[in-house]
Parts: sequence; C-alpha cells; structure tokens
Amino acid sequence: MPLLEMRDIVKEFPGVRALDGVSFALESGEFHALVGENGAGKSTLMKVLSGVYSAGTFDGEILVEGRSREFHSIRDSEAAGIAIIFQELSLVKELTVGENIFLGKEPSRFGIINWSELYHRATKVLKDLHLPIDPRVPVGSLGIGQQQLVEIAKALSQDARILVLDEPTAALTESEVDVLFGILAKLKAQGVGLIYISHKLDEVFSMADRITVLRDGKSVATHLASETDKDRVIAAMVGRKVGDIFPEATHQRGDVAVSVKGLTVYSQDVPDKKLVDNVTFAVRKGEVLGIAGLMGAGRSEMLMAIFAAWPGKYSREIEIEGRRVEIDSPRDAINGGIGFVTEDRKRFGLILDQTILDNITLAGLRRLSGGLITNRSRENAAASRPIKSLRIKALSPLTITGTLSGGNQQKVVLGKWLLTDPKVLFLDEPTRGIDVGAKQEIYAQINKLASEGLAIVLVSSELPEVLGLSDRVIVLHEGRMTGEFGREEATPERVMAAATAS
Amino acid sequence: MTTDNATVATSDKPRASRTSLRAYVMIGVLGLIWLYFHWATGYVFLTPRNLSNLMTQMTVTGIIAVGMLMVIVSGNIDLSVGSVLGFAGGIAAFGMASMGFGLATAIIAAISVAVAVSVFQGALTAYLNIPAFIVTLGGLLAWRGAVKWLLAGNTVPVSDETFKYIGQGNLPAWIGWAIAASAVIFVIIGAVRKTRSVKEYGLGEANYAGALLRSIIPVAAILAFIGVMNAWQGVPFPVLLLLAAALLGAFLTNSTVFGRYLYAIGGNADAARLSGINNKRNIVKVYALLGALTGVASLIFTARVGSAAPDAGVLKELDAIAACVIGGASLMGGRGTIFGACLGALIMASLDNGMSLLNVRDFMQDIIKGSILVAAVGLDMAGRRET
Repeated sequence: MPLLEMRDIVKEFPGVRALDGVSFALESGEFHALVGENGAGKSTLMKVLSGVYSAGTFDGEILVEGRSREFHSIRDSEAAGIAIIFQELSLVKELTVGENIFLGKEPSRFGIINWSELYHRATKVLKDLHLPIDPRVPVGSLGIGQQQLVEIAKALSQDARILVLDEPTAALTESEVDVLFGILAKLKAQGVGLIYISHKLDEVFSMADRITVLRDGKSVATHLASETDKDRVIAAMVGRKVGDIFPEATHQRGDVAVSVKGLTVYSQDVPDKKLVDNVTFAVRKGEVLGIAGLMGAGRSEMLMAIFAAWPGKYSREIEIEGRRVEIDSPRDAINGGIGFVTEDRKRFGLILDQTILDNITLAGLRRLSGGLITNRSRENAAASRPIKSLRIKALSPLTITGTLSGGNQQKVVLGKWLLTDPKVLFLDEPTRGIDVGAKQEIYAQINKLASEGLAIVLVSSELPEVLGLSDRVIVLHEGRMTGEFGREEATPERVMAAATAS
Repeated sequence: MTTDNATVATSDKPRASRTSLRAYVMIGVLGLIWLYFHWATGYVFLTPRNLSNLMTQMTVTGIIAVGMLMVIVSGNIDLSVGSVLGFAGGIAAFGMASMGFGLATAIIAAISVAVAVSVFQGALTAYLNIPAFIVTLGGLLAWRGAVKWLLAGNTVPVSDETFKYIGQGNLPAWIGWAIAASAVIFVIIGAVRKTRSVKEYGLGEANYAGALLRSIIPVAAILAFIGVMNAWQGVPFPVLLLLAAALLGAFLTNSTVFGRYLYAIGGNADAARLSGINNKRNIVKVYALLGALTGVASLIFTARVGSAAPDAGVLKELDAIAACVIGGASLMGGRGTIFGACLGALIMASLDNGMSLLNVRDFMQDIIKGSILVAAVGLDMAGRRET
C-alpha cells in the first residue's frame, strides 16, 4: 500500500483547468521527483495536497496509508504528517531559529512559553541534522542557504512522514546542496516519503527513485529514474523533442560598446571590505560576454555598481561607445544606453499587481511619452513589439503581471529593457526559476539580440548556460578577475578552476 | 498559469471591467444612500437646495482627498493635513486681521505655508527615511500647536467679503452653463481624439459612433449637475475649486509620467528605482501637491466659517483618508483612483448631511461613520479574495 495516493485530481479555476485528472503515488522511503514546465500544475497539485485548496474545491481523492482524507487547511495536512517547504521561505526573519522551528507549537503551559525546553528541543533537532546553527540567533542573520535548512528542520520537527520540497536548492551553494542531500538520504532511510519539485534535472537524476512529469495539468509519464534519461524527460516536459538547448551562434563583433575600468565595490556593512576589486573589462557590439563565478564572487554587486544602484560605496570609470560618461543614478545609466535585467524579478524587476503594459513601459516611459504626458495608444503600440518578438503569452497587455508564469514574467522584464533602446544589456540570472521551454526561448532571444548588434553581459550561476551562450567568459573569485577565456578555450574544468582559484 | 495557451490580443477588457465594476457598485451604494435619506427626511434630501449644500460640504474633504489619494498611491500617508489646514487658515485670517494682509497676500501666504510644511515633511520621509506615518504624526501635533500659538487660543474673524466668497459665493447661472458647455465640448473632443489615436497606432478601427455613445453618460451628468445647481443659487464657488482639483488629480494620475511613477513607487519601490525613477524627488513632489491642495482647502474652510479657530480642521485627515479608502485605495500603495476618492468623499458628506437632517445625535453619527468605513473595506477585501 502506498504511503500517499492522489487519485484523479481535477482542479478548475475560472476559465482554466489547472489539474486535469492527475494521479500520483508515493511509497514510504521513496524519493519521488515531480518535474514539469512552470504552469504545468506542480504547485497547484501541492496546494491541493497541503489543504491550501480546501477539500471540496477540487475533485478527486487523497489517501494517506490507504485511508481517504480531507484537508481543509495546512493544519489538517500537517496533522496527517505532511510537511511542505514552499519555494518562498515562510520564516519570520526577526524571530530566532528556535522560535521559528516551534512557531505555533511552542512548548508552553497556560500560555507561558517554556524557553529552556524550546531551545533544548531546537538544539536537538538541529543536531540530528548535523546543522551547525545556533538556535538563539535571529533567522534574518543567517544566509539564505542556511535559512532553507532551518525551514527543513522546522518541517522535520513535526515528525513529517511525507515531506514536499519545492525548488529547495534554488538559493543554495554547492556545499549546502550536499548537506541537504545528505539529510534527505537519511530521511529516506528512515522511511520518510519525499516529493521533490525541481527544474534541475542533474539533481533529480542523482537522487530520485521515480520521476513523474506533469504537462498542462496532466501527468504524462512516471518512470523509474534508472529506466529513463534526461532527454526523454525534457521531451516529455515540453511535449516535443528538443535538440541542442543552446543554438550554435556565431556573432559578428563590432566596435567596443561599453568599457568598465577599475571597478571596485565596497561592502555596505563593512565599509573597508572590497566585494569587487579593480575589475576591468569591455564588451563589443554583437558580443555576449559571460561572467562566471561562485556565490559571493561579487558578480551581482558588480552590475549594481555599474548601474549606480549599489547602496554602498563604489568607484569605476565607464565609457560607452568610446565616450566617457558619468553615471550617478539608474536614470543616467538608462540615458547612457545601459539596460539591466536584475536578478530576483519579483523583488527588483516587476510590479506584480500591475499590468504587463504598466511594467513593460516603465523604464522607457519618458522616451515613449516624448514629454511629461503619457499616450496610452502609443505605449500600447510600442509594447506590442516586444510582446510579439519575445512571445509573451498573455490574454492581453492589460493582464496582471503576477498571474503570469515565471518564464513570461522574465520576458516582461526583458521587454521592459528592450523598450529603453539600450546599447548594452546586462543580464543577471535571466533564467533562474523558469522552466526548460522558457529558458530555451530566452537563450534564443539573447542570440538574436546579439546578432542584431546589441552588446550583452550575462551573469549566471549555471555554468552550462554561461558556456553555451558566451563568446568570451571572464571568471571572478572573491571579487578579483581570475581568468578570461574565448569560446573555444572555455571548458567547464578551466572555468571552475579559475572560479575556485585553484 | 491561467494564460499559457492564450495568444496576444489588444483588448483592454480585464482591467477595465474590474475597476469599472467597483465604480458601478459604489455609485449604486451612493444612490441607495440618497434614496433612503430622501425618503427618511420627508423628501428634503434630494432638493436643489440641499444638494447644493451637500456639494459645498464635501469640498474641503474632497480637495484634500485628491492630494491624499496621490500620496497614498505612492505608498505614503499624511496625518498632519488637518493641523496644516488649521495653521494655513489661521495665517490667512490672522494676517488679514493683524498684519494688514490684502486678499492676494492672504491667499498666497496660506498656500505657501501649507506647501512649505508639506515639502519639509515629505523631504524628511524621502531623504532621511523616517516613516511618513511618524513624520506626519509629529506634524499633527506640532502644527496644531503652531496654530494655537498663532491665534493665542482665540477665534479670529474674517471681514473681507471677497475672501468669504471663496467659501460662500455662488457663480451666476450663465457662468454655470458656460462651464457646462465647455465641459461637454471637452468630453466629446477627448473621446474623438482617443478613438483617432487607436487607429493611428494600428490598434484597431476608429469607431466614432461608439465614442459618441460612450460620451452620453458624462454629458448627461454634467448637464444635470449644472441644472440642479442653477435651480438653487448657482454653482457654489468652492465646488468649482473641487472640480478643478479633481480634474487636475485625474489628469496627473491617468495621463502623466509623474502619475505612473507614483503607482510604480507605491507598487514596488525597488523595481521603480531600478527602472530609473527618482523615488525621493517624486515623493517630495507629491507632498508638495498635497500641501497646495490643503492650502486651497484651508481658504475654503476659513471663508465658509468666516473665521479661523484653534481647532479648525481637527480630524480632517481622517475624513480624507477614509474617503480614499472607501474609494478603493490601498494603504500599502500602488492602488487607488481620484474618481474613487471623490466618490468616497461624497459618500462621507452624504452621511453627514443626511444624518444631520434626521437629527441623529452627534455621537451616533461618529459611530455610524466609523462602522461604515470598516464595513466598506471589509466588503472590498471579501470581494477581492474571491477573484
């Protein structure tokens, strides 16, 4: 008898069938990966399982250890031994690690919290997981990776028998991923059933027993991981055979579009600490320059400082098309011809509850308005170009941006910068958290823009992405440039060696 | 997720239907309130005389609400407007009574003081990062103190008849009709131009008949309004000021780069900054605007009462904020319309007026108004959750 069984789940939203008869089973001690493009229905399925969508708002049946269950809230599903770690962290940053782990379940008597008991038990939970984290420090003082691990500790403190992880490694460093996988392997051995949602197929194949692929609200395939391979899973996800993810492209390089000299960025908190130390580089028209490096190498800080958006101190000289320009604000940068697709589109890129049109015209609004008074029709006409060329899928330009899938949201951010008519485009993690199909479309756009003569600087944590797209790669290690490679010389081994300064 | 399989189209249905539905509901609620009071007051409420009164009563709150709406949309708040109103009005009255201010000097002094105070508070918020709530809570106390000090606790009467016209005057009927005529022409030209630009940018065919059809309701509303006002003593002068303020606000929020920036800053300040918007400068600008409108409102208030008093404008900030919120503005920023704020102010004024006609006791009026504010937002939230 399976630990968990979901039978013929149908969930409808006005005008759309998000889940169309999905069945899914999980054995105890099984690592079951759930993959699919964004919008395929993975998150919806997990919300059905966790009671976020209350029983009765969907059709179908949920059985835990053979018994039919109805969940009306997260509390109900937790009581049945189901714990879910959502993509967005649900920790209270101001509270301590221990307080977070026992949030809502504080050991108490007559409403008075027994603090020594709480920290004693928190220490034990963390120790069982071999996590060297002090339960008395505020969660906000930890790095994002450690916060993720605290989240897992919190889930496990509830004696969960079914643990759902939604993209848990998106913000983790490699060593933290190793810690996480160690913990998961141990849980598996203890008989916990794991549902693992991820876009990273390498991870999925290294850990999973079975893989279920969702597409358009249907479960299209469930295979033993040992009996399938990456290409077949990707084909099932996108519903078509994919060739090479990175189209071969040779770009015609022109004159230097932008050059940055002596870029030094100081930490915001520790004023003397240099996060980026004297980096100099140039990009030509039609060239894609990749910037590789591990977490903390200073890649994002570098872009923020070029764009004059870094809150701390920085210094650099910037030339655009051979002319020295003073850039003291993002507005100066935009006027100078720099576009900047920031990382974390929800926080820095988009106004989620406004329309596509409002978002896509925001950075170029002055240019599109030709003065201080806006012209909706003209904006609409201008916006329709990137909406078409980037193939943003939406009912209308007046669709609320937050309702789009991650890939389409990212395209809106890209479109926003194309409407500023840039000479150089900086891309910071342009494909984070989006599905394979959307990634491919973004890659194709990057190549197309470069072939049209735009200079592109690409920062990404995914090495294959940097190597697959860039004409030239520079590598950072702890704020210093430790390597520069042409397309032919840039092998994963060489770049990794430079990134770890070994 | 809901739109993955759809293709690109250029209809503007989704948003249009959502906001206009809300507007229709509010107009419906207002209609019900009016009909109830008309019946309960023995058919007094909906007479030209009372409607003229009602419109005049809503001007002070309405004008401040226009400025407040823009501040709220930018994600900020101003709790000090009631005190600033008292202080600015006090300067006008005191200046004329004791310092020999002429009419123009008094008007300029009141508005400049209100703008200066507001800019100062806005700058503290924008550049020193003190939360607007705290800055203006301090202002609420400090400027009330200032007006008590200025007037030494006394009520200072205004004798200048021209000044009183600002709050008590009525426009001759022919000016009313002239305004109506130009407004009608304006509405029709606007509709035709919009239709033409749709075609110009290749977004569809120009449908002039449809444009004229859509103009019928605003045109009818304009004519009915002027007709009713002229049936009593003509359009009250302060109502003219309110209309001007509302038109200015609607133009700024709908049709200018500045307005769009306010929505962007309130919606996501980080994204706005990284899109090249100077958040700080725009926040100071929007406070300056609120200050100017508060200055105008202080003139109307002082002129209507015929004097400046130490407690003038007490609780006005809450009336203005309530009007915005009833009108659908979000205190988190990024959402709200001038039309909604004005409708909110009209609903509040209607309750005041109707309950006074019914001789509802003062304390009961406060309780009812407070409950309606909370209920209106509660219903709004319930409606929003379902979608």
